Amino acid sequence: MTVTASTTTVAPATARTPAPRAPGKLRAWATRAPLLPALIFMVVVTQLPFVATLVISFFDWNALYPDARSFAGLDNYSEVLTDPDLRKSVLTTIVLTATVVIASLVIGLGLALLLDRRFRGRGMVRTLLIAPFLLVPVAAALLWKHVLYNPEYGLFNGLLHWFGGDGAAQPDWVSNTPLLAIEASLIWQWTPFMMLILLAGLQSRDSELIEAARMDGAGNWQIFRHLTLPHLRRYLELGALLGSIYIVQNFDAVFTITSGGLGTANLPYTVYQSFYQAHENGLASAAGVLVVIGSIIIATFALRVVSSLFREEAARS
Amino acid sequence: MSTAATRVRTQPGSRLRIRGSAGLGLAAWLAGILFFLPIAWMTLTSFHSEEDAATNPPSLAASLTLDGYREFFGSGGGASPWPSLINSTVASVASTLLVLLLALPAAYALSIRPVKKWTDVLFFFLSTKMLPVVAGLLPIYLFAKNTDMLDNIWLLVILYTSMNLPIAVWMMQSFLAEVPVAIIEAAQIDGARLPTILGRVVAPIALPGIAATSLICFIFSWNELLFARVLTGVVAQTAPVFLTGFITSQGLFLAKVCAASLVISLPVLAAGFAAQDKLVQGLSLGAVK
Repeated sequence: MTVTASTTTVAPATARTPAPRAPGKLRAWATRAPLLPALIFMVVVTQLPFVATLVISFFDWNALYPDARSFAGLDNYSEVLTDPDLRKSVLTTIVLTATVVIASLVIGLGLALLLDRRFRGRGMVRTLLIAPFLLVPVAAALLWKHVLYNPEYGLFNGLLHWFGGDGAAQPDWVSNTPLLAIEASLIWQWTPFMMLILLAGLQSRDSELIEAARMDGAGNWQIFRHLTLPHLRRYLELGALLGSIYIVQNFDAVFTITSGGLGTANLPYTVYQSFYQAHENGLASAAGVLVVIGSIIIATFALRVVSSLFREEAARS
Repeated sequence: MSTAATRVRTQPGSRLRIRGSAGLGLAAWLAGILFFLPIAWMTLTSFHSEEDAATNPPSLAASLTLDGYREFFGSGGGASPWPSLINSTVASVASTLLVLLLALPAAYALSIRPVKKWTDVLFFFLSTKMLPVVAGLLPIYLFAKNTDMLDNIWLLVILYTSMNLPIAVWMMQSFLAEVPVAIIEAAQIDGARLPTILGRVVAPIALPGIAATSLICFIFSWNELLFARVLTGVVAQTAPVFLTGFITSQGLFLAKVCAASLVISLPVLAAGFAAQDKLVQGLSLGAVK
């Protein structure tokens, strides 16, 4: 509805241009022109490679034997879907993404609630909390791997030694719990992101409604349960979906902390490995297509959430 | 303090709540410190000598030195980080400029003088962001290999532009949409031409948003590892790739790694704090304001 409103208001103004009787088609193209460079650029750089991936995925093609390239139909897909390593990496991707998203949402919600009230130095605390998100992801992964997790002189074991004395346990964090080690570092980085989104949600609450509820004798928990949480639902969804999109694609942490070893290889790492190290172009493409299908499922939900928020904003303004 | 006092006076019933919030304020401080602790520790370690950095239990009060930083910048005979830092700067700055060049007109055609079905176009841009980059990596690699573009920083510039363009279009669209149509119409009635309107009316309102968009694009380009790792080698290596290849020695390297991580994160930290207020809007693709 906003579309028609604004186009009709703009129309009389366009009639003032030097060619007042310019045919409607030409004017439509003049309106479209500023959009075209960006649109064409995106189609060429992002859509064409996907088409190529799709095509390659139907071929048996190892880069080390380029002459042996042949059409393979769906063989790559059946190989990908039956390969235990790849199936494991699908599972790893799901576990990794779900764990990181849920944990960082829950912690982020707690922090957002803490920050949603006035206290001395609130801006400073906010800055401290955002800092982990602003570390280069590779640097953050290196920090966790070497400075915190290192079994001999990492901070974690150092603290255990400090508080527990000489007999304290000195676990090898990455070897004992490799996936958890990656997850912890990612939760640390992504919690600030969730906190920022949820804090924006909290601050868009209707404060009069909350005061009114308080006047009527509603307790803190009741207000949280029946007013805050329903209001935050959209923001929680948005955080979860955007987080999923970024973390499903995570490569940096897996690559740096475990190099995909110890059962931590997720799909992006596996795709990277199958063509960069094993040179299996066909297989890598089939795996890539499967990643795309998985992403489209998430993205459909994500787009729905974003568009409902978008419409809400448009209606408000 | 004074705001709390006035609130107590105007709302006597809320005295208890304010005392409770002092405890919660403390909890917030503790959480903030806990989250920052790894970075604080990394900073301290970067100023320690390698021997002091690798002790257990940790040595807090060890003497400070700049050796880690000297080592990082190549005094120890290792590779100099400067080429990779320069590459990262070129890739991030050039791609951000290209993004602005493409996104600004597009956002204009999606907000101030919108095309028909502009929401569909907007969502097309967003949908490209949701497709995982790994899936397009192989054809891009093969293309680069066949056209001799491997290990070329300009290939990364193009890829980073495509990576950030959807975010930028969404952000700019939401910033330009904030410019009131009435002002633009008034300027048109006064006979102002398009360049004047853009420069005098639209730019002042949209400029903070454009600046924040640029900073966020810069951050994403600077951080990127996968493309850089696969598509560059010696010449066009970026800072994150340099960082991954940094730990080769079996000796002590903790202080050096901390120094390197901090130096390479510094531009991102600076840009991130500068864009703090618009960070959510950018990262949520304009959905949250």
